[in-house]
Amino acid sequence: MPTPLGWYLGLSAVIFTIGVLGVLVRRNVIIIFMAIELMLNAVNLTFVALARSLGSLDGQVIVFFVMTVAAAEAAVGLAIILAMFRNRETTNADELATLKW
Amino acid sequence: MTPLAFLVLAVLTVVSAATVVVHKNPVHSACALVVTLFLLSIFFVGLDAELVAVLQVIVYAGAIVVLFLFVIMLLNLQRDVRATGGPGLVTAAAACGVALTVVIATALRRAGAPATPTVPPGFGETAAVARELFTTYLVPFELTSILLLVAIVGAVALAKRQA
Repeated sequence: MPTPLGWYLGLSAVIFTIGVLGVLVRRNVIIIFMAIELMLNAVNLTFVALARSLGSLDGQVIVFFVMTVAAAEAAVGLAIILAMFRNRETTNADELATLKW
Repeated sequence: MTPLAFLVLAVLTVVSAATVVVHKNPVHSACALVVTLFLLSIFFVGLDAELVAVLQVIVYAGAIVVLFLFVIMLLNLQRDVRATGGPGLVTAAAACGVALTVVIATALRRAGAPATPTVPPGFGETAAVARELFTTYLVPFELTSILLLVAIVGAVALAKRQA
């Protein structure tokens, strides 16, 4: 008996929520970045599970694009973190609040 | 994938994903992220997405997490003194998290797709995915090359020390 589709969707909902909580709760910008990667992966799992369930390859192709965007985002984001750390000597999101009104 | 194997792997995945968010040491978080990505690639194999599973290991575990570890090494980060935003924020976030899971699970269950137990042979293999990629999705595929070029230039320009 194969695993029902709903189990995969439930698991991906749980992983996505863990990622959201990481972004909300943690104060280290690098950890916040990792939590964003978790959310992207939860969505990838949804895409692949639905692609299998619908018998269509579109979902798997979209996952390919998601991975490309995630790689670009990680490269640029980590470069920004490096530049920020050079100027401010911190990766704490609370101390990087110059733009906050 | 049998339901028993799914449950075991799902528990491991949730535990390692929680470790990414909870652990005080960023290096341990990055290692837990690798474990999470590996476990997800096992799910992808179980869902007949072999190419995606291989890409997951090469691109995510191989490239992106190594990038994370490099930055952690360059910044020489110690343990966080104040890791989270205080107990009030944590409680509020946990409550929101439970609510969000319920919302997503309900929405996904309403969208219940028809289950097709059998897929054509070669489903999810490189040839089949590549055919889609180079016919239906040709324009987005070419656009990703521009995106990656812009990202490379941007990352170098940002990370370069100003003279």
